[in-house]
Amino acid sequence: MRSAPASILAVTSEGPTLADQVDPRFGRAGGFVVMELETGAFRYVDNGSSQVLPQGAGIQATENLVKAGAQVLLTGQVGPKAWAALEAAGLKVVQGVEDMTVAEAIQRFRAGEFAFSDAPAH
Amino acid sequence: MIVAVASGKGGTGKTTVSASLASVWKRPVMAVDMDVEEPNLHLFLRPTWASAESVHLAVPLLDEDRCRLCGACADFCQFKAISLLGKHLMLFPEMCHGCGGCLSVCPEGALRRGQRELGTVEVGITGEAIPCLTGRLRVGEAMSPPLMRTLLGKAWAQKELEARDMVIDAPPGVSCPAMTAVRGADVILLVTEPTPFGLHDLRLAWKAFRPLGIPMGVVINRAGLGDRNVQGFCEENVLPVLAEIPFSRDVAEHYARGGVLARLDAGMKERFEALAERLERMALEGVTHA
Repeated sequence: MRSAPASILAVTSEGPTLADQVDPRFGRAGGFVVMELETGAFRYVDNGSSQVLPQGAGIQATENLVKAGAQVLLTGQVGPKAWAALEAAGLKVVQGVEDMTVAEAIQRFRAGEFAFSDAPAH
Repeated sequence: MIVAVASGKGGTGKTTVSASLASVWKRPVMAVDMDVEEPNLHLFLRPTWASAESVHLAVPLLDEDRCRLCGACADFCQFKAISLLGKHLMLFPEMCHGCGGCLSVCPEGALRRGQRELGTVEVGITGEAIPCLTGRLRVGEAMSPPLMRTLLGKAWAQKELEARDMVIDAPPGVSCPAMTAVRGADVILLVTEPTPFGLHDLRLAWKAFRPLGIPMGVVINRAGLGDRNVQGFCEENVLPVLAEIPFSRDVAEHYARGGVLARLDAGMKERFEALAERLERMALEGVTHA
């Protein structure tokens, strides 16, 4: 399946701006840049509540995404428990997004360059 | 009394020392292998196993018909074993620590007790009538302390009933499993080797265990190898070196055959008998180091 229009997109990010690097980690990501694709309006959702957990960071991160209303996630890798949580929450996931800025990731998603994943990374 | 044989570093000779101590102990004794991820004390002591029982942790099971998705259980759980995601309550039983809190906060009675297998506890006895207890963590299980606590509880019961002393073979490291193994001991014996690696991890173990207020002593295994920095560290920190085991071909060959080191020769037997006596004295006297 190719990436298709979605209204709210979340990208794991090392910082709060579009110029920041994509954080390849999901559960332990610094935060999420969450963008409403129609308007281009975005905000930053801090993921510190997941980073401090001894376990279950990916599950907490999914809860944070659900609260933010995200429908699509762009990130590097998602583990099996986080994958199950994301699936239950109905989020679509693109993995393997790294070594680029958040802006570039969003632009490439809009251009339909990414394919949705159908399994966790490991 | 209980002596816990521990170390920061793996492979220093904890099991070698544990087996030897148990074999020369003067009073009735039992040997408990708390290294449940890779138990191997029995390879030296060779008990005949009498029983093996599975140990389980209580984890929640969901009755979806009763659940109203209020999220009280998910809010309560500190380990993310339950998560409310939109219209789905998800259970991750492998994350559960078994506290039972979710069951008591659920207003609908939608959660009940299920089980996750942690591993087994095996009980046996050696030819010299030394009871041996071993925990064996299920391959794939991430949490060892709950199994270790069950094992320790069983060992305690037998210790009290039969008025035995206990030698605990602890897991390496300085985190929860190692702390679980040593915290009830009367004396902690740290096994190390005179190398930069031995010293580095001895320092970690000493720092981790010191707040417990349990007397600690050191055995230097493979003595003669490496340098004198371990001795220096022990002197500086008033940490008594209770025995040294020489680095020798005889010792290595005996070990490689699975022999109990204290049975190598009369000298080695005396060395461990002296060690056992010093440990008993330390346990009676309490903390001797700062």
